[in-house]
Amino acid sequence: MEPGRAAPPPAAPPPPPLPHPPRPDVAITTRQVTKTFGRVTALSNLTLDLPTGVVGLVGANGAGKSTLIKILLGLLPPTSGEATILGLDARTEGLAIRRVVGYMPESDCLPPDVSATELVVHLARMSGLPGSVARERAADTLRHVGLDEERYRPIGGYSTGMKQRVKLAQALVHDPRLVLLDEPTNGLDPAGRDDMLDLVRRIGHEFGISVLVTSHLLGELERVADHIVVIEGGVLQRSTSTAEATALSGAVLVEVTDRGPEVVALLRASGAEVTADDAGGQRFSVTLTDETVLGEVQRVAAELGVGLVRMQRRRHHLTELFGEVAR
Amino acid sequence: MTDATRSPGGDVQVAGSGDVIHDIGFRHYTGERLGRGWVVRSLFVDTLRGVFGLGRPARSKVMPWLLVAILVLPPVVVALVAVLTGVDRLPISYTQYLTQLQLPISLFVAGAAPYAVSRDLRHGVMPLYLSRPMLRTDYVAARYGGLAVALLLVMVVPQTLLLLGALLAELPVGDNLVGWAGGLLASLLLAVLLAAVGLTIAAFTPRRGLGVAAVITVLLVVSGFSFALSGIAESQGSRDLAGLAGALDPYRLVDGIASWVLGVDPAVAEFAPTSGGQVGILVLVYVVVVAGTGALLVRRYRKASSL
Repeated sequence: MEPGRAAPPPAAPPPPPLPHPPRPDVAITTRQVTKTFGRVTALSNLTLDLPTGVVGLVGANGAGKSTLIKILLGLLPPTSGEATILGLDARTEGLAIRRVVGYMPESDCLPPDVSATELVVHLARMSGLPGSVARERAADTLRHVGLDEERYRPIGGYSTGMKQRVKLAQALVHDPRLVLLDEPTNGLDPAGRDDMLDLVRRIGHEFGISVLVTSHLLGELERVADHIVVIEGGVLQRSTSTAEATALSGAVLVEVTDRGPEVVALLRASGAEVTADDAGGQRFSVTLTDETVLGEVQRVAAELGVGLVRMQRRRHHLTELFGEVAR
Repeated sequence: MTDATRSPGGDVQVAGSGDVIHDIGFRHYTGERLGRGWVVRSLFVDTLRGVFGLGRPARSKVMPWLLVAILVLPPVVVALVAVLTGVDRLPISYTQYLTQLQLPISLFVAGAAPYAVSRDLRHGVMPLYLSRPMLRTDYVAARYGGLAVALLLVMVVPQTLLLLGALLAELPVGDNLVGWAGGLLASLLLAVLLAAVGLTIAAFTPRRGLGVAAVITVLLVVSGFSFALSGIAESQGSRDLAGLAGALDPYRLVDGIASWVLGVDPAVAEFAPTSGGQVGILVLVYVVVVAGTGALLVRRYRKASSL
């Protein structure tokens, strides 16, 4: 059970109707979804339209991410509101949803005494694949997630990274149209984290399977997600496309080889807005009021005889925008 | 099939073995997706195989097959004795066999029930099942069915060997076929009951080893308790209560019902039920225990495995 706010949900206006027929570029919709456990509210009036591709769901532990996933899998009825996933109603079509959706749990969920191959073949059958197909696809999928020779050994001896790959493989083995990945980078070292995020990106962009991936770290999801949703305490904070949010900012990062403060002083004298990082540093950023500013930087550098190490258009980082919610 | 690849530089490389591995990317599946019936059947088969250690490490095969050997040995010996000495009837009846060998049968239940359910609970595997196209009750039904059929097999196979021995010893065919069929009925009743009780205990004791200990303890304790009660009732002169106390022990419960219904000698003659009314109570206890443990199991899975 997700801890959350104790306040009862405010009386909601009637939810807007769900788009029907579902648009092909929308993977998940929720309308005023509220879930309460006794007096605890896990989700409060959540209304979302999530596109196909890779969607990142960000929130601290207990923000309601896992509750949302359970509702989308048709395993937990929402207290009020409605949700569809791939055009299927989460309240009534759970079995149909679970045929075409894959799920990677956050928790440890692997029996130690069987091999990855045996487990994934078994779970492929549990998804409705015939026996021979299950074996074929299990071998294929394990190769795609990067488990080769180890897949014949009992899972008990695997590293955390290998276990995460097995968990991912079982979510993909039946070729779902969408996968729900709950904290796939949990417990991984930085290199393992990069590998896992790369796999998530490939699932969405190369395998053509839509992804809803959760994390409590916004920074890692902005690298792979096309769309980011932030929830906190069961309440939607922000839902935005990554491209929009990380559009070019109006600043240029400049780095010179030497005499940084002098360069800054001259630029300021010529009317440019300069933000210097620290005293005496060789790096600063210049506000891009118009294109002549770039020429001005080059002119000043030449005048002082210093080399320009870089001039780089800065992008917004989601972490800056959402700094207040994703601490 | 070609055995040449073109490297980025434009050279043609011929692989030594004559095979080339092509990375063809993620393949999508457009074939048939089978329904819940197939899913439940696959899980049932998985349970049945797993109970006997098939598809599991070698050490998981030791206990079940040792117990199978213990259960199969007496019928082989009995058959040999019957053939060599030319007796006119088997020294043990088909239904009595179940009560005589209740210890190895109980041990088999104690090993098998935790394998069937505690393992998935202990290692958190339930979310992987529940996120697939099946219901919680499908999972319970498949695990239960697999365990019950496994128990039925370990009880019926030795009885069938007993029958073969009787036939080889040229004992009356008709009598032995009827006896064997009665044994089959008793085995069925016992398998259904022991699977329900064992699975329920195991589902509430997910920790390793604890489930095994809990199942065997419960089965031994209720058996001993039931005999003690019967003994006390008998010494107080209450023959009726002595028979009813058998309802506490699954083996005596089934034996009491089966021997009355089939009209064969009960395994524990001195405490056997003496009237149809008593048998009615035994049947009622049987139904209540099977239904009650079944309801408990379903409830347990509704609560415990909400992902």
